[in-house]
Amino acid sequence: MAISAKAKRPRLTERKKESIAGWLFISPWIIGFIIFTLGPLLYAIVLSFYQWDFIQDPKFIGLRNFERMFGDKLFWQSLKVTVSYGLMRVPMGIIVGIGAAILLNQRVKLLGLWRVIYYLPVILPPVATTLMWMWIYNPRYGVINNFLLSVFHIQGPAWLQDQRLVLPSFMVMAVWGAMGRNMLIYLSGLQSISKELYNAADVDGAKSLAKFFYITLPMLSPVIFFNLITGMIDVFKLFSQPFIMTEGGPRNASLFFYYYMFRYISERFQVGYAAAMSLFVFILIMILTVLVFRSSSAWVYYEGELKGRKEQ
Amino acid sequence: MTNLVISRDRSVLKAKVERVAERVLIHTLLVLGTILVLVPFAWTLSTSLKSDKQVLEFPPSWIPSPPIWYNYVEIFEARPFLVWYKNSLFVAAVCLFGEVLSSAIVAYGFARLRFKGRNVLFFVLLSTMMIPFHLLIVPRFVMFKVFGWLNTFRPMTIPAFFGSAFSIFLLRQYFMTIPLDLDDAAKIDGAGYLQTFLRIILPLAKPALGAVAIFQFMSSWRDFTGPLIYLSSEENYTLPLGLYTYQADYFPEWNLFMAASVIAMVLPIVVFLIAQKYFISGLALVGTGGTKG
Repeated sequence: MAISAKAKRPRLTERKKESIAGWLFISPWIIGFIIFTLGPLLYAIVLSFYQWDFIQDPKFIGLRNFERMFGDKLFWQSLKVTVSYGLMRVPMGIIVGIGAAILLNQRVKLLGLWRVIYYLPVILPPVATTLMWMWIYNPRYGVINNFLLSVFHIQGPAWLQDQRLVLPSFMVMAVWGAMGRNMLIYLSGLQSISKELYNAADVDGAKSLAKFFYITLPMLSPVIFFNLITGMIDVFKLFSQPFIMTEGGPRNASLFFYYYMFRYISERFQVGYAAAMSLFVFILIMILTVLVFRSSSAWVYYEGELKGRKEQ
Repeated sequence: MTNLVISRDRSVLKAKVERVAERVLIHTLLVLGTILVLVPFAWTLSTSLKSDKQVLEFPPSWIPSPPIWYNYVEIFEARPFLVWYKNSLFVAAVCLFGEVLSSAIVAYGFARLRFKGRNVLFFVLLSTMMIPFHLLIVPRFVMFKVFGWLNTFRPMTIPAFFGSAFSIFLLRQYFMTIPLDLDDAAKIDGAGYLQTFLRIILPLAKPALGAVAIFQFMSSWRDFTGPLIYLSSEENYTLPLGLYTYQADYFPEWNLFMAASVIAMVLPIVVFLIAQKYFISGLALVGTGGTKG
């Protein structure tokens, strides 16, 4: 039976063979996805309806975790800190990244070396750089306050112990750390802009600034869009700095969401509550991402789009 | 007539001055940026070579005299630093091997073979990159506890053998650029899918495999939250976790602290300098998708 089918339609069995091989080749990922991602994801949803301390049996409590969350002032504080930090940090990262990319897209000597230097902070372990910056920000012996004292005769502030300064201090660190990564992303964006556009602008006598705002920026908008989304997710992932440097202080001014949730797992053993918070924030991030996507058609320019319209 | 020549000379001169000014500006900014990037390193390096007394001196000197090289010996003596270093290397090496192997296999399936549901699954794969890690730590912790994997390296290493979305994506993009004719030629010669993958695709994809290997190495070398959650006894710590123990000191010895940080930074810097070509080409390959938290 099988043989005769093969003789009649050899291409079909060939197709089938390819199909089976395809599934076999991707099976490691499918298994891993089910065990390490999908399973935990569903389990997180289930856990958010339970009260559990790792020791006693989990107790179903319905929506009580979520009710508690809405009344938890520190939870809202952690969201406020995370979002307000993101509103500073993400645009700043974009501006510095574009600036560095434009700088490193010029014809200068030793270009490769400059790029390597700018990229260097990206590859370092965050714990090491966090310790490094703790020492830089040290109020008495740190390099910044020593510089302020010896050059301007100003007694510098305690950067990480000041409620108003702690987030800006974190931001400087983060921009320093991510500049190289953003630079490289924008660099590839810059290099894909066709030279003809600039030549045409030159013919029209456009100034550098006009070229930047009317050519470079619109052409970079898909990259900026990408950077906006990844930057937002990065902010919600921020952990080592508050954990190592400030423990959320002073007065919860650096109480980032991830760190706050982590406390409920490692110190208070309230797993269900931690799961509920993480689920809520996951949905929040998804909504934010969808909003950014929706708004993108208004300000992101895709070259392919225009081509498509021309063809019609 | 002469007027015209002069004015032309002037405009040429003006253009020249403008160009020189632009060059100067570019180089000034470049140097300024470099200083901003490198000063923290210089400060760290300088502190790491100071004596306890020199660390607290005012005004601080940038060049410690005499440099205390012994600090770099002391960090290995005071804490099980060497063990942590070895642990980090072990985890990074196993993850690298597992992830390159499994991601290449999966990427081949997505790039080269036609089967029902492929596009849907690929979309699922891409969207897993958007799931925030924090959502998964609680359930994963519970799961690894049930497996009896807590305080072992398995929670970090075993998942690597099932491929990562980022590496699969990167390798798939590269495999797509290899001409399909090669597959067909191999098929005519009687090669199966596995042979085509091993003999044709893999050797041609060395640059992309290199890029994936480096990204993976870097990300396990820098991982802090994973070890923090899963490892509990000091002899199992990886380097970032070991470094963190210094922070818990009541009287921090900043010079030793910084020496330890320098040691943790040296390997990624060396790897990066040796393999930067792979790095850059890998990032170019995924275009805007070229970052891994």
